[in-house]
Amino acid sequence: MSAGTYTPRPGAAPLPRMIAAQTALETRMLLRNGEQLLLTVVIPALLLVLFSAVDVVDTGAGEPVDFLAPGVLALAVMSTAFTGQAIATGFERRYGVLKRLGASPLPRWALMTAKTFAVLVTEVLQIVLLTVIAFALGWSPQGNPFAVLLLLVLGTAAFSGLGLLMAGTLKAEATLAAANLVFLLLLVGGGVIVPLEKFPDAAQSVLGLLPIAALSDGLRDVLQHGASTPWGDLGILAGWAAAGLGAAARFFRWE
Amino acid sequence: MSSEPVVQARGLVKRYGDKTAVDGLDLVVAAGAVTAVLGPNGAGKTTTVEICEGYRRPDAGTVRVLGLDPVADAAALRPRVGVMLQSGGVYSGARAVEMLTHMAKLHAHPLDVGALVERLGLGGCGRTTYRRLSGGQQQRLALAMAVVGRPELVFLDEPTAGLDPQARRSTWDLIRELRADGVSTVLTTHFMDEAEELADDVAVIDAGRVVAQGSPERLCRGGAENTLRFTGRPGLDLGSLLKALPDGTRVAEITTGAYRVTGTIDPGLLATVTSWCAQHGVMPEGIAVERHTLEDVFLELTGKELRA
Repeated sequence: MSAGTYTPRPGAAPLPRMIAAQTALETRMLLRNGEQLLLTVVIPALLLVLFSAVDVVDTGAGEPVDFLAPGVLALAVMSTAFTGQAIATGFERRYGVLKRLGASPLPRWALMTAKTFAVLVTEVLQIVLLTVIAFALGWSPQGNPFAVLLLLVLGTAAFSGLGLLMAGTLKAEATLAAANLVFLLLLVGGGVIVPLEKFPDAAQSVLGLLPIAALSDGLRDVLQHGASTPWGDLGILAGWAAAGLGAAARFFRWE
Repeated sequence: MSSEPVVQARGLVKRYGDKTAVDGLDLVVAAGAVTAVLGPNGAGKTTTVEICEGYRRPDAGTVRVLGLDPVADAAALRPRVGVMLQSGGVYSGARAVEMLTHMAKLHAHPLDVGALVERLGLGGCGRTTYRRLSGGQQQRLALAMAVVGRPELVFLDEPTAGLDPQARRSTWDLIRELRADGVSTVLTTHFMDEAEELADDVAVIDAGRVVAQGSPERLCRGGAENTLRFTGRPGLDLGSLLKALPDGTRVAEITTGAYRVTGTIDPGLLATVTSWCAQHGVMPEGIAVERHTLEDVFLELTGKELRA
């Protein structure tokens, strides 16, 4: 390179360009990771197909897919916003990625915004895929699309807060283990494929307060039973979102 | 080149628990120069640089980088300062060129990524993900990320650690090119030869303080004494030699017939020694003046070997 190549000419790129570039990179990192895809795409799709086709779980009256599709959509949101994001961000913190980006012109809030956009892009891809599969299995959704959107957004906020709280406070390995364990426990105990009514009454009232239960129950109320706006479930999700994001903002450590 | 220093640190203190990493450190870094912060592992080099980068707040003292506060004015400083961390900083699944291209996109007037990749010999591994790069390739990518935004000032934390000699030379050349184009560089190192070869200014740091600062030549000449050695008949009367020499000079027979004169060795002193030998009928064999290296200076200042 010739003389003058390195002559200083500093400057940050315009904010929208930085956020767009960061979103694109974060999304590529999410989609390139094999384990992440297993969690976010393969497992929800398999559960949907398997439990719709084989009558293992008693899903109550009506087509199994009408019960399962809302639960699997809730699971998809959790897998990306919580499990995937927690693990990826935990390792980014461990390997100094967050630290290095902290010295770049990209503000920290813009990095978090880009991460959120990457999660939303991934969720759209998941929802499109799962919706196509569900329709192929004879799904007939009902209800208010706006209520569905609101549930998905609040669910994403709630799970992102919890995922980032975990990634920003625990060691990367602990986050990896805990995020997978929580995923499994919530998959079983959160009304995703096993109706909450199968659990004892006392357990039901506690499990019903979990974000995954609120999301799958809310989606089911709308998509399966045609409810207009499930305020109770939205309230639970909003509470988790406020608590999770608040705690993450307070306790997140960048290194 | 502006005359305003690019880094001014005064009385920096940083403690981690009951361990004091930086202990009243003063550092002034001149614009347009290569400044080496030299010291053994654990001397406080990284902590000092990370305070300048805005990663840590000092417990006491003040620091100004390009005239600004690294924490309070971080948003204004970040585009102007390039940072190379000691390790990591890249998504493990990102490809080398992809990450560099991304860093370029965060800046308004970045360098040409392709040319920089070629310059640093990263062309062959451009599509390799970070976790599969060799240690040396990871180092060079981190260096490229520090300069791609065309900063005024770069902080390089051990830029040549783990590099083979050829890659090390190539990194040194790049740092010289940065200087030629007016970029100020602060680098940490525990390699003496790196500081001697590359730096205009060396800050020797030990136990969290700067114990000496100056050009490599000045440090070697000024702080340390030089040595004159010769051999001759055993049991010479060193008392009379000492009387002939300037005050502060020391003379010793270190092994039988091997003599060492320590002090400011100049042509006058050399002439005094040889004429004293002539008067006493001594043929001084193997007479040699040893110039002190930065390594000797360091040993003298800190009582420690740099590389354990």
